[in-house]
Amino acid sequence: MGYLADSFISAVGMIFSFNREVQLAVWTSLYTSSCSIALAALLGIPAGLWLGTRQFRGRRLMITLLNTLMALPTVVVGLVLFGLFSRQGPLGSLGLLFTPLAMIAGQTVLATPIVANYVLSAVSGSDRRILDTALTLGATHIQACTQLLKEIRFGVMAAVIAGFGRVIAEVGVAMMLGGNIRGTTRTMTTAIALETSKGEFAFGLSLGIVLLAVALLVNLFLNFLQQR
Amino acid sequence: MQKKYLATLVLSCFLIGQAGMAFATEHLRLATTTSTENSGLLAELLPPFEAANNCKVDVIAVGTGKAIKLGETGDVDVILVHARSKEDKFVADGFGVGRRDVMYNDFVVLGPASDPAGIKGETDVATAMGKIAAAKATFVSRGDDSGTHTREKQLWKAAGVTPAGEWYLEAGRGMGEVIIMADERQGYTLSDRATYLAFKEKKTSLVIAVEGDKRMFNPYGVIMVNPKQHPHVQVELAQKFIDFLTSDAGKALISGYHRSGAQLFYIQ
Repeated sequence: MGYLADSFISAVGMIFSFNREVQLAVWTSLYTSSCSIALAALLGIPAGLWLGTRQFRGRRLMITLLNTLMALPTVVVGLVLFGLFSRQGPLGSLGLLFTPLAMIAGQTVLATPIVANYVLSAVSGSDRRILDTALTLGATHIQACTQLLKEIRFGVMAAVIAGFGRVIAEVGVAMMLGGNIRGTTRTMTTAIALETSKGEFAFGLSLGIVLLAVALLVNLFLNFLQQR
Repeated sequence: MQKKYLATLVLSCFLIGQAGMAFATEHLRLATTTSTENSGLLAELLPPFEAANNCKVDVIAVGTGKAIKLGETGDVDVILVHARSKEDKFVADGFGVGRRDVMYNDFVVLGPASDPAGIKGETDVATAMGKIAAAKATFVSRGDDSGTHTREKQLWKAAGVTPAGEWYLEAGRGMGEVIIMADERQGYTLSDRATYLAFKEKKTSLVIAVEGDKRMFNPYGVIMVNPKQHPHVQVELAQKFIDFLTSDAGKALISGYHRSGAQLFYIQ
């Protein structure tokens, strides 16, 4: 049991000692995850609204596909984007591989289906009359959707929180597209993987506890936004 | 409500700006093996070089096989690896230029103190590997196309054994993880001495079963990715890095690096 207790004590020490390496990893995790969840929200919320409010042929198939995309393994996203961003790949000249931007791209791909799905189910669970009333009163489809969005804002927030949880906790994309470069693309999760490979289990677990503490702060912040 | 959106917008812009900052200073991309990173050598070597040239070396620590692959695709500027046969092929195929010897250490066969295959003190590594196979004693292989894995396959060949069966575990993981696995399964494994010494401090109970055979010599080479193949290679900085590693100052840092009282890498 000594090992678990040691990890916890050193995690507390780590939070208050402001270790530079840990700070950088926390920062990298936070900003790549924040950027990717912002992009995923921009793409996923309209997609969820569109699927939830429009009737068209192939809609059920699209919803099934969207559900399947939620099961995308992170290494598969990593592999596909690795092929795109590598110097040999179609986007190679941009030199994006092993930069934070590549990680943001990969994490956006992971989070978008989650956000879209949560928004879709929030729309399905909402009162159908909101949309109909707005449309009857002469609103355009976009105006009606804006009204609907206000009604389902808690569901939308849940979508963002779920997406954020997936990207800050994932390790496959960050490792493959970021390369775990110290000070640049080393996130909390890739740092944990590295410490594990070095046999520093207690240090790795401490980093895990720090990551959870950071996630808690972010959720408290989102909660605060929601209450206002 | 408006203010909240404005605040979110400002925050997003700031975050995206941060992502762009990474491009500001000059970066040299180095693909290398886990042994140089996990043993702590690079943390000793790189800061003086970075300070002298006002740059940052981005280290991508993977197995030798993958490091060479990243060189072939031009995703890094320079590689520091240990598998001479693969290095020569890399240069011969036109992917790399100006290979230089950097340092060496050696491989050791690690095993549990109980030594079920009875190979402790054996000086001929091929005989020892043969005994492990004959006794069907657990052996954990890297199985990841790394420099250590390449050498392990050569040693099995020298022993005239095709390793297969329940006793032969192909882990597909880094050196550190494989030492941990071999320890947990009380099996044998092949490791570079530097990683073993870093683990010996408190993280493993495995002991050295075989060492000193000249077939376990482990030289490291540094190679620049061919700028003719990949024009974006940072030729100037990469050359400075190669010169630094092979300079007297670089050599002094390498041979001066110790872990628990033992020297990890040697200069030719």
